[in-house]
Amino acid sequence: MLIRRPPDIASSEITPKELYLRRREFIGGVVAASVLGAIGVEDARAAKIDAAKSPLSTTETVTRREDATTYNNFYEFGTGKDDPGRKAHTLTTAPWSVKIDGLVNKPATYTLEDVLKSAPLEERIYRLRCVEGWSMVIPWIGFPLAAVLNRAGVQSKAKYVAFETLVRPAEMPGQSGLFQPLPWPYVEGLRLDEAMHPLTILASGMYGESLPNQNGAPLRLVVPWKYGFKSIKSIVAIRLVETQPPTTWQTSDAGEYGFFSNVNPEVDHPRWSQATERRIGEGSGLFVKRRPTLMFNGYADQVASLYAGLDLKANY
Amino acid sequence: MAPPDAARGRAGSGARPGSIKALINPAIYVFGFVPAVWTFYAAINDQLGADPLKVLERSLGLWALRFLIASLAISPLRRFAGVNLIRHRRALGLMAFFYALLHLTVYLWLDQGLDVGLIWKDIVKRPYITIGMLAFLILLPLAATSNAYSIRRLGAAWHKLHRWVYLAAAAAALHFAMVVKSLTAEPIIYAALVAGLLLVRLLPKTRARKVRSAA
Repeated sequence: MLIRRPPDIASSEITPKELYLRRREFIGGVVAASVLGAIGVEDARAAKIDAAKSPLSTTETVTRREDATTYNNFYEFGTGKDDPGRKAHTLTTAPWSVKIDGLVNKPATYTLEDVLKSAPLEERIYRLRCVEGWSMVIPWIGFPLAAVLNRAGVQSKAKYVAFETLVRPAEMPGQSGLFQPLPWPYVEGLRLDEAMHPLTILASGMYGESLPNQNGAPLRLVVPWKYGFKSIKSIVAIRLVETQPPTTWQTSDAGEYGFFSNVNPEVDHPRWSQATERRIGEGSGLFVKRRPTLMFNGYADQVASLYAGLDLKANY
Repeated sequence: MAPPDAARGRAGSGARPGSIKALINPAIYVFGFVPAVWTFYAAINDQLGADPLKVLERSLGLWALRFLIASLAISPLRRFAGVNLIRHRRALGLMAFFYALLHLTVYLWLDQGLDVGLIWKDIVKRPYITIGMLAFLILLPLAATSNAYSIRRLGAAWHKLHRWVYLAAAAAALHFAMVVKSLTAEPIIYAALVAGLLLVRLLPKTRARKVRSAA
């Protein structure tokens, strides 16, 4: 009779002692991951961010994270609202650097990590109003743009700030192909006083985590009193300039999109009214009641003084 | 658009009852509504993303345009490809009207909340809404006269009336192209299809006949 000896366990198969001793952490991690998965945190790479609450936040109901990450305008990934959510995962956001130059004392290319050290991170819950007539409430994580600009040292001749988004057709499918909806790179601009306003932030996160790619990772602008397209995503360059810089939508159709693009219910887009908006996720499914759009998206108390004496109809 | 076809269209398809051909028109009406029913169902069950209303509204409008294009393709198909589907043109045209009606209803009711002031302002101030409304208003009498009684009653005037569908299709394609924020491939393709189907109708008939007899 043949008695087979059980083979020795290969040493490579034995769990190292330090891992074995941490087995409870591992099981805890698996449980946590499955619980998070069950409650809908789909992006496992998103890192938790600690950020102080800000008195500048609104107390309105925050839009579902799922809606805010699947309904996006980010034409670099396609013109469909669901294109960015489906395609933006291909974007490499590390390493990342931002060139800050023009009329500054210390022009340089800063690493993202360095930019994020400009000021403590805060959570800012802002209303977001799209020029298309819908709105959301997003808990951004970021810090005032002014902190970065002050670090670079703004020269007295500077009157405007120009921003530029990444161009990388290999990872941004909307930037290649036959029909290009917009010229690249996407560029935006602010007047210096708008850029220095405490409400204007650079965001690196939302919903307590780092920014998903479709929302403009790793660094985007948020200017809550202007239509959403002013809040440029995936920024690679910030330049201080003397004259008003071109902006993508204004270049593409100056009759429809102006440089300021302040949310204004009294100045209609030539093709649709801006008097009302639909708050995404409000109501039930199809039955969403329109709500009146507020002047400067409800931030009039803080920003109206920036435009004192300016004809907002002519300077839309 | 020839009178004999229209007259033949009197009892639905004109095909022998019980034959497969006789089932095509009922099938167009039944399966034609599948996209509408499915999209409504998906919208109610939160499967259309963050803004289900916009998806529904757009989908209904697009299907109206698709059925319009299909109905416009019938006579060129017969003339240039020798495929005679004229018996199904009425069903396709009516489906286009039904979808346009659903599209308009969703806009008026779910999108604008039946706010008459808001809607009236939209219609008079927004060219794309004006043009969309124009397309619908043209389709209205066409749908109302899409029956054997009207064809007999109106005679030659029926054909004259139904030529307005050309303008409705052009308006619908333009309406779509004007809604989008930046012109992409999709509205351009639809506009090109409509333009092509309208332009082939301008080709002189005698020449087409000569080509066929030479072949």
